[in-house]
Amino acid sequence: MTTQPNLAPPAAAKPRSRLYRMWDSDIFFSFRRSPVTIVAAIVAVLLIGAALLAPWIAPYNPFDPSSLNLMDGFTPPNSQSMMGNYFLMGSDHQGRDVFSTILYGSRVSLFVGVLATAFAMLIGISLGLTAGYVGGKTDAVIMRVADIQLSFPAILIALLIFGIARGIIPPSKQENMALWVLIIAIGLSNWAQFARTVRGATMVERQKDYVSAARIMGVHPLFILVRHVLPNVMAPVLVIATIGLALAIIEEATLSFLGVGVPPTQPSLGTLIRIGQQFLFSGEWWILFFPAITLILLALAVNLLGDWLRDALNPRLR
Amino acid sequence: MSEPIVSVRNLVVEFPLRRGLFTAVNGVSFDIMPGEILGVVGESGAGKSMTGSAIIGLIDRPGRIASGEVYLSGQRIDNLPPDEMAKLRGKRIGMVFQDPLTSLNPLYTIGEQLIETIRRHLPMNEAQARQRAIDLLAEAGIPSPETRIDSYPHQFSGGMRQRVVIALALSAEPDLIIADEPTSALDVSVQAQIIRVLKQLCESRGAAVMLVTHDMGVIAETATRMIVMNKGKIVETGSVGDIIKRPQEEYTINLINSIPSIKDETRRHDVPPAATPLVQVKNLTRDFDLSPGMLDRMLKGSKRTVVKAVQDVSFNIRKGSTYGLVGESGSGKSTCARMLVGLIKPTNGQVLLEGDDIWAGGSGTQQRRQRVQMIFQDPYASLNPRWRVGDIIAEPMRALKLVANKREAEERVADLLEKVRLDPISMRKFPHEFSGGQRQRIAIARALSSQPEFIVCDEPTSALDVSVQAQVLDLMRSLQDEYGLTYLLISHNLAVVRQMADDVGVMSKGVLVEQGQVDDIFDNPQAEYTQMLLNAVPDISKVN
Repeated sequence: MTTQPNLAPPAAAKPRSRLYRMWDSDIFFSFRRSPVTIVAAIVAVLLIGAALLAPWIAPYNPFDPSSLNLMDGFTPPNSQSMMGNYFLMGSDHQGRDVFSTILYGSRVSLFVGVLATAFAMLIGISLGLTAGYVGGKTDAVIMRVADIQLSFPAILIALLIFGIARGIIPPSKQENMALWVLIIAIGLSNWAQFARTVRGATMVERQKDYVSAARIMGVHPLFILVRHVLPNVMAPVLVIATIGLALAIIEEATLSFLGVGVPPTQPSLGTLIRIGQQFLFSGEWWILFFPAITLILLALAVNLLGDWLRDALNPRLR
Repeated sequence: MSEPIVSVRNLVVEFPLRRGLFTAVNGVSFDIMPGEILGVVGESGAGKSMTGSAIIGLIDRPGRIASGEVYLSGQRIDNLPPDEMAKLRGKRIGMVFQDPLTSLNPLYTIGEQLIETIRRHLPMNEAQARQRAIDLLAEAGIPSPETRIDSYPHQFSGGMRQRVVIALALSAEPDLIIADEPTSALDVSVQAQIIRVLKQLCESRGAAVMLVTHDMGVIAETATRMIVMNKGKIVETGSVGDIIKRPQEEYTINLINSIPSIKDETRRHDVPPAATPLVQVKNLTRDFDLSPGMLDRMLKGSKRTVVKAVQDVSFNIRKGSTYGLVGESGSGKSTCARMLVGLIKPTNGQVLLEGDDIWAGGSGTQQRRQRVQMIFQDPYASLNPRWRVGDIIAEPMRALKLVANKREAEERVADLLEKVRLDPISMRKFPHEFSGGQRQRIAIARALSSQPEFIVCDEPTSALDVSVQAQVLDLMRSLQDEYGLTYLLISHNLAVVRQMADDVGVMSKGVLVEQGQVDDIFDNPQAEYTQMLLNAVPDISKVN
C-alpha cells in the first residue's frame, strides 16, 4: 500500500499556522500519547529552565563569600538557621544554601554537557560523513580509530586528556581553562558513536539516485555531503545526541566527583555530590541527597526524551 | 456445476487511521471454482493484495474485516479463531508471495522446510515426507530434486527459489493457492517458466488459484477469469478474453489502452537514418574487481575474481532519436548507462559526444555535465526528500552556473514545471507531497533544466502504474519533439521499448547480442536470445 488513503478531505481546508501544523504532526501525536514522555519533558524543561534562570530564582548567591556565614552551616532542610535564614533544602558545612548551589551547579553541568555533546557531534559527524562517502582506506582508518576509542571506557579517555592538558597548560591559567578542558575531554571520548551512526547512514544515502543525479551535474562533493547527505542522516544523530547529552552530564559529574573536573569555585552537580558524601555518615544527608536526586532526574528525563525520539523517528516502529 | 472452492461475499476491510477510517477493500464478492485461475488486477492501492490477505486472515493491525463473509468449500472461515485459522493456512490454503528471497528461511535447507510443512499437515513419517518433497520439487520443475533437496535457499537462483516456494505452497494439497505478484521480481524468461508451472499444477491437481498481479500480460497468459479492482471495489468481472478485447467500464477501457504491447507499431517521428550520431559508444568495457582483500590473497592464496559487467559494447545514437537498450537483470545495461553519464569510469573503450571523449577530462567533462542528464528508475530515491521541488529542479542550473540570479532561476523552474504539466506552485512543496508519476515528472524537469541534448533514462517507468506510465512516456515523447532530445532508453519492458525507440540493442550477460531498427528486431529477431526474450514476454496480445 503505497498510495495515499482515500480519506475524506479535512473539513477545514484553510491554512493553519506553522505552530498548529507542528502540534498536529505525527511526532507530536506520538508525544501526546505517551504520558511518560510528557512527564519527562516537563521535568527536563523545569530543571533546564531553573538552571538558566538561576541568578534570578536562587534565594542566595552561594558563591559570594561576603553573604556566607559559617554559623548557618548544617541547617537541616525546611528550617531556619540560628541566624534566622530560611533554607528550603538545608545548608552545607560552609553555610551555603543547598537549593541555590544546585541551581548554579546544574547550570555548570548543563553547560559542560551541551557543549561537550556539540563538540562530539561536530567531530563525529564530519568524520562519519567522510568515512561513509569516501570509503576505502579513509573509511578503514577512521573507523579503526573509532573502534580503538570505543574499546576504552569513556571516563578513562577523559581522564587521560585531562591529565595531558594539566601538563601542558601553565598552572596560572588552569583555573580558567578547566571548564574547557573538561568539555574537550568529554567531547573527545564520545565522538565515536556519532561517527559510526553517521557513516552507516551516509553509506545508505550515497547509493541513492539523488546523490547520483548531483554527481552527474558535477556538484562539488563537499556540497553534496553538506546539503544533500547531512540533512538526511540527522534523524538518528538527534537521537544519540539526546542520549549522549545525558551521558555527558553523568560523565562530567563522575569526573568532578573524582576531583578532576570543574574547579571548586564553580561547583557542578558532581562537585556537590563529592562534597556531600563527606557528611553522609554524620547525619547531614541533605547535602548529598538533593544534588544527587537532581542529577538522576536530569539524566533520566533527557534519556527518556531520547528514547521517545528514537521510537517516534523510527518508521519501523510506527 | 461443482461448488466453488472459495466464495467471498461483500468483503469490507477497514483501517482505522489517525484521521478517519480508510476502507482498503469495499464490498468485494467473487467465487473461484476448482481448477480455475482467477486473475485479480489493479493499480497500486487498489486493494487486491488486501483481499488476498483477508482470505487467509493475515491483515496487519490495525486493519480488520469490518463485514462480509469468506467461505472455503462451504465453510465460513473469516470468523474462525486465530489458531483454527492458522491450521487452515498451509493445509488448505497455500501462499506464494512476490519475493522468493524472504519467503524461505535462509538457515534451513529447502528439504527441511518442505518436510516440516508436509509433516505438520499430513500424517507421514520422515522418509515418506522426504519422498513427497522430492516429488513436489520435480513437479515444480526443479532439475534433479534428489540432490537439490539438501541445498540452502541461497544456492538457488530467483526463479528456482520461486519454484521451491510453489512446491512449499502445494505441499499439503491445498484447495486454494493465493499467489500475490508471484513473478513480479523475476526476469521475463523466468517469469514465463513460473507461469507455466503454476498453470500445469493447477490443472493437474484441480486446485483453485487466486493470482494477484498488476501485470495484465501475466493474467492474459495464465488466468481464465479475471476481476479488475480500483480503490477497493470491483470494477469489472468476466472472462479474460472478454475483458481484454471488449472492456465495458471506462476504468478498464483506459487501463487496457494504456498497456503497451510488443505487437504495437505506433508512430515514431522520422529520424533520417543518415543523421549524424550524437553519441558514439566504442568498445565500452567495464570490469568489476570482486577479489577478496589483499591480505586474504596473500595469506590464503585466494584468487582474483573479476566480473565482466560490460564487454566490448559499441553502438551509435543518432541525433534526435531514441535508442532502446533491453536485457534481463544483470545484463549490464545499467552499468552502460552509468558509464555514459559519467558515474562509473569505463575500464576500456570510449564514449564520444559529438567527437569529444567524455571521459578524457577537461572540456569533455564540462560538455558532458551540461549536455547529458539522467532520469532514474525510482522516483522516491532520485529526489532529495529534504529539498523543495524548486531547489531540486534548479540544482543543475546552479551547479553549472547557467543562471545569473534567483529570480531568473525561479522563472525557469516555473517554465519547466509547466512543460512537464505540473502547477508552478509545486516548486514550494516537498517531494513527499507528490505521487510517483508526479515525482517522475519533477525528475524529468530537473533533467531538462540544464538544457541537455542527451538524456539517459534508466527504467524510467518501471516503478509506475501502467496508466501513469502511459502519461510519462507521452510526456517524454512530446518533449523529444519539442527540444529535439536524444534518448537512451533502458528498460526490461520490451513493449515500452517498442513504443518509444527508433533503434534497439539487446544485451545479455554484458554483451550486445543484437542491434538494429526497432521493427526489424521485434518482427524478425536474428539472435537466439532475442527470440527467446520476445517469446517469453507475457503480452495482452497473446490472450486466447
